Amino acid sequence: MLEKLSARIFLFCALLSVVSLLLIVGFVFYKGSHPFVAEGYSFFDFIFGMDWVPSEDKFGIFPMIVASLFATIGALIIGVPVGLFTAIFLAEIAPKRVAKIISPAVQLLAGIPSVLYGVFGLAIIVPFLQNNLGLVKGQSLLAVILVLAIMMLPTVVTVAETAIRAVPKMYREGSLALGASQIGTIFKVVVPAAKSGIMAAVVLGLGRAIGETMAVILVAGNSLILPTSLTDSVRPLTTNIALEMGYAFGTHQEMLFATGIVLFSFILLLNFVLAKISSKGGN
Amino acid sequence: MPIDYLGGLDMTFIRKTTIGLLVLFLAAVLSACGETTGNGTGSSNGSKEIVSISGSTSVGPLAEKLAEKFKDNNENINIEVNQIGSSAGITNATSGVSEIGMSSRDLKEEEKANGLKETIIAYDGIVVVTHPSNKVNNLTLEQVKQIFTGEVTNWNQLGGEDMEIVVVSREDGSGSRDAFQEIVGYSSGELIRNAIIASGNGNIKTTVATNKHAVGFISFEYIDDTISTIQIDGVKATAENVLQQKYSLSRPFLFVHKEDNITEAGKQFIDFILSSDGQAIVSEAGAIPVK
Repeated sequence: MLEKLSARIFLFCALLSVVSLLLIVGFVFYKGSHPFVAEGYSFFDFIFGMDWVPSEDKFGIFPMIVASLFATIGALIIGVPVGLFTAIFLAEIAPKRVAKIISPAVQLLAGIPSVLYGVFGLAIIVPFLQNNLGLVKGQSLLAVILVLAIMMLPTVVTVAETAIRAVPKMYREGSLALGASQIGTIFKVVVPAAKSGIMAAVVLGLGRAIGETMAVILVAGNSLILPTSLTDSVRPLTTNIALEMGYAFGTHQEMLFATGIVLFSFILLLNFVLAKISSKGGN
Repeated sequence: MPIDYLGGLDMTFIRKTTIGLLVLFLAAVLSACGETTGNGTGSSNGSKEIVSISGSTSVGPLAEKLAEKFKDNNENINIEVNQIGSSAGITNATSGVSEIGMSSRDLKEEEKANGLKETIIAYDGIVVVTHPSNKVNNLTLEQVKQIFTGEVTNWNQLGGEDMEIVVVSREDGSGSRDAFQEIVGYSSGELIRNAIIASGNGNIKTTVATNKHAVGFISFEYIDDTISTIQIDGVKATAENVLQQKYSLSRPFLFVHKEDNITEAGKQFIDFILSSDGQAIVSEAGAIPVK
């Protein structure tokens, strides 16, 4: 009886997540596709349009797509090496006592609510850029990249560290026995062996960066320009939705849902890549 | 293979987290639904009545203060104020999600068509603000327009120091922004492209207070000494000047409701706001009374 009941409860919970996924996706796509299906807006103009002026019926999100990509790539360029080296240090080099301090610190970093990263960025990074680089405004692509790089660290470090630790001991022993140095062993043997796990770490970090909203909204400046330099203030896709949803209605609101579809497509693509990498790791 | 196991672990972790989040989300939705139903039965039973109000972040703080005083004399009525923006508030009042909507801008034609009744509860002044170190303290409306449309990009063109102007604006759709643009006389498309867009009065104030290049606009209520205020055509941004119609940057604060949705308690609250007691609180809060 209890057996059966608990099985039911588990099934119900499992279905709940599937149903909510369908509901959310269905709702976003229904709302977001409405302007293109029923109101005659061109999807091409939406994706490649340079102007976003909702009150004048102009909905182009190209600058935001570019901003999202630049911010994510920039964060990867800083976050991945730092994260990977941290992971290597923790798994291979650090004495146990040191690792015991650093590991929880990194994991704690993952638990900090993202809005606090934003507040930190606004209070520390933005004024720092303003005062030390002589920028007229610290709210910039650079500020976004720095905040996102810090935010993706815990994901990258934790996943990469587990991957490196999972490399069989005999690989290292074999390499060392052949006379390779420790660093040589790490980069020529251990890291290549953990390649797929590390790639998964990168993709997960990327997902964290591209979907981040609350931290970014505070430091991005949210200007509607096509970013041409690190010091431009930018508006990524996520902040466009969060910034304007409160005041939007009618077509404007639907266009924000459409922005959500574009964002969702990016995330979907990432998940696809991640699944590919994971399955490849098995071979 | 250990790596295979690793991959499996990751995916399980992700799946677990996703499921957890979705369950939480659904729980939140369900409980929200439950609450609404609860309200309905509550008011019909005559126990603690709830008046739900949502809308403009400019009207919100004032509505909170009014609600607090109102509750002192009406203990069986609870007033819930949600600051979610003018448009969202008007939508909620139209659909009946909220009993009363707050707006800091006039209703648009398509919104009026839904049969909303509007009540002006106060007036608000909008003030142009700069960093305290900025020497510029008087602008004409035309100069304000030139700043926000990017015709003027350096403070030395306005009698200030030789430094770039950083424009800070609210987001498209914001009531404050609509009102400001309408009075100053430029459209959203004309706003200088590299303007920083901040959500909310507080956010604009913080941005301007921490950047000596910046200029923005906020409600009178938010004025404090972290920013310096600009006179328009030599007229100081004060309540008296708004009421005497000398100060041009002002707008109405509206409560909107549908006759079908308004409860006795909701009506009492509106009457209270328009009474002399209510209007005294309006002026205490930094807004400008209608009477």
